[in-house]
Parts: sequence; C-alpha cells; structure tokens
Amino acid sequence: MSFAVELIISVLLIIGGLFVLVGSIGLLRLQDIYVRLHAPTKATTLGLGSVLIGSMVYMYHQQGFLSINELLITLFLVITAPVTAHILAKAAMHSKANILERTRNQHLVENARKQLPPEQNDQQGEKKD
Amino acid sequence: MNTLSRVFPMPVHSVMLLIVWLMINSSIGFGHILLGAILGIAIPLLCAPLRVPQPAIKKPIKALLYILLVLKDIVVANIQVAFLVMGPLRRINPGFVAVPLDLPDELPITVLASTVTMTPGTVSGEVSKDKKWLYVHVLDMPENEQEVIDLIKQRYESRVKEIFGC
Amino acid sequence: MLDISIVIVAGMLCIALILNFWRLAIGPHVVDRILALDTMYINSIALILLYGIYNRTTLYFEAALLIAMLGFVSSVAFGKYLLRGDIIE
Repeated sequence: MSFAVELIISVLLIIGGLFVLVGSIGLLRLQDIYVRLHAPTKATTLGLGSVLIGSMVYMYHQQGFLSINELLITLFLVITAPVTAHILAKAAMHSKANILERTRNQHLVENARKQLPPEQNDQQGEKKD
Repeated sequence: MNTLSRVFPMPVHSVMLLIVWLMINSSIGFGHILLGAILGIAIPLLCAPLRVPQPAIKKPIKALLYILLVLKDIVVANIQVAFLVMGPLRRINPGFVAVPLDLPDELPITVLASTVTMTPGTVSGEVSKDKKWLYVHVLDMPENEQEVIDLIKQRYESRVKEIFGC
Repeated sequence: MLDISIVIVAGMLCIALILNFWRLAIGPHVVDRILALDTMYINSIALILLYGIYNRTTLYFEAALLIAMLGFVSSVAFGKYLLRGDIIE
C-alpha cells in the first residue's frame, strides 16, 4: 500500500476519532439536557461518517471495488440521528427536565409541551431578557 | 393498469428494496436479483395498507442540490459546534425559538425538521398540533432571534417548498 | 503508519466511551441516560469498523449495520415510553 493512501486513510480516521471524542466531551461537559443534545447528534454523526469514508477508501484499495455497505450505514445514520434527537427533545420537554437559567424564551417550552401555537404577545414581551 | 398497481402498490419502494438488497450482499448474481425482486414485491404488498399518502418530490434535481447544500452545512456546523463545545461554557447562550411553518404536509415538515436538527446549532423539538409552528432549541442565540428564524426560513424552508412544489 | 493511527483512534474512541459511560452513570435525568446510551451505540459502531480495518476484513459491516438499527429502534422505544408511558399504542 502506497504512502499517500495510508496518509489519506490515517487523516480521515483521526479526524473521525477527534469528532467522536468532541461529541462525548460535549455530552459530559455541557450543562443542561437541551444543550447536551447538540453535541452527540452532530459531532458524533460526522465523526462516524469520516471513519466510514476512511474504511471505504481502505476497502477500495484492498479489494479493487467500491464496498457499498459503508454507504448504507452512513445513509442510515444520517437519516436516523435527527429522528432520535427530535424524540429525545420531545421526551425532555414532556418530563419537564431542568433548563439552564440563562436560556431565553423558556415560556415556549410550556406551549411546545402541549403542542399549542405560541402566543404572539408573550414572545414580543419577553424578548428583552 | 389496475392490476399493475395492485401488484406493485409502491413501485419506487420496490426498486429501492431491490437496490438495497443488492447493496447489502454487494453482488449482482442471478440468485440475489431473484431473491431481491421477490422481497421487493412481497414487502410493499404487505405494507401497502399501512401507508399514509404523501406528496411526491416534484423536482428531483433541486432535491439533489438540497442534499449537497445540507451536507456542506453539516460539515461547517460541526466545526462551529466543536469550537463552542471545547471553548469556555459561558460563551454559550441557549434559547428557544418558535419558527412559523408554511408547509402543509407531514413529509415536508419532517424533512425540514431533520435538516434543522442536522445543521448549525439548532435542534428541532416539537411541532404544534396545527402544523404551523416548529419549536427549535438554539445552541448559541444571536442578540436578535429573528436572525435564526430568517435563516431557517430562507435557507431551508423555501427550498423544501420548491422541491415538493407546494 | 496505518497501524499506529488505528491504535491512536481506538484509544480516542475508548476515552469517548468512558466519558459516555460517566454521563450514563451520573445523568441527572432519564433523557440524559438515553442520550448517553445512544452515543455509546454510535461509538461502538465506529470501534467495530476500526477493528474491521485492523483485521483487513469486511466481515464486521453486517454487525455494524445491525447495531445501528437496534440502537435507533431502542432509543426511539425509550423515548416513546417516556412520552406515552407505553411503547405500542
């Protein structure tokens, strides 16, 4: 295997590992559940995508034809990650999880929980804090 | 025509099932094509009664461009979020926003909500019952919350609207 | 070089898994724990793919696909359970 191909695969794998690590650090470090949702859903998905591309390049180089299973996994993850995040956000709203104090527009959670439209006056009135 | 639509209630899904079956096995031998075709006919027949009718994609080329745009945004978003996460936590100012929706059906709303979740610092939380409001949690809220709403509406919603032709 | 970088990335993934496990243990709310479990699923997929590259085989892709599907279904089932108090409506 030539040096260039090894370099490309190594860089892709290390970028992937870094993003997965950042996602997990975010999961541990951030302060409330809604903020925590951001780190794993995005960073981890991109990190895994990067690892998958690295694996695809490697298998292509090894076998001579493009292995498509990785593409399937990537596609599946990109489709399902937002759904999981959405369901978890819904569950957090439903069970009244603690919200960080400086979060703005906290009154919207109550409306969202009941699936009602927001009141326009409220939204304008509390904009300043 | 009628018998044809009775045997293939979802032609697009049948073809997709066949392709995915061949992808999983990564071969195009005769046996796999036969088995995939049988699965592609049998599974839609069993699932057809469960189906909720959805609007079709009117402009496939626009849909492809939209996917590329979203993929680019995912990469940019991740780098931004990574810096926010690793930096001091005081810099993060979270907030909720209610985004008004102009989309009539469930599939376009699902596509928009998934896009919002995958792109910069926003996670979609809930859709109101009348399907007119999308509640979004923003990781780093700018001073003026209208900026976030405008970004979502102009960058993503208008394109989704064009794709589904509504 | 590839062998060294695979070991480094495997180390990173293991640290990530430990951090997730920490969140799973301390998580103040149930949703935190579900989120930690979901992230653990995704991290273990990455670890399995890495093992596949290390052993120069494509055998593990099916396992990765299965874990992806089971992880998604179980996370959604947990979420639904919290929302409705019931999985099948």
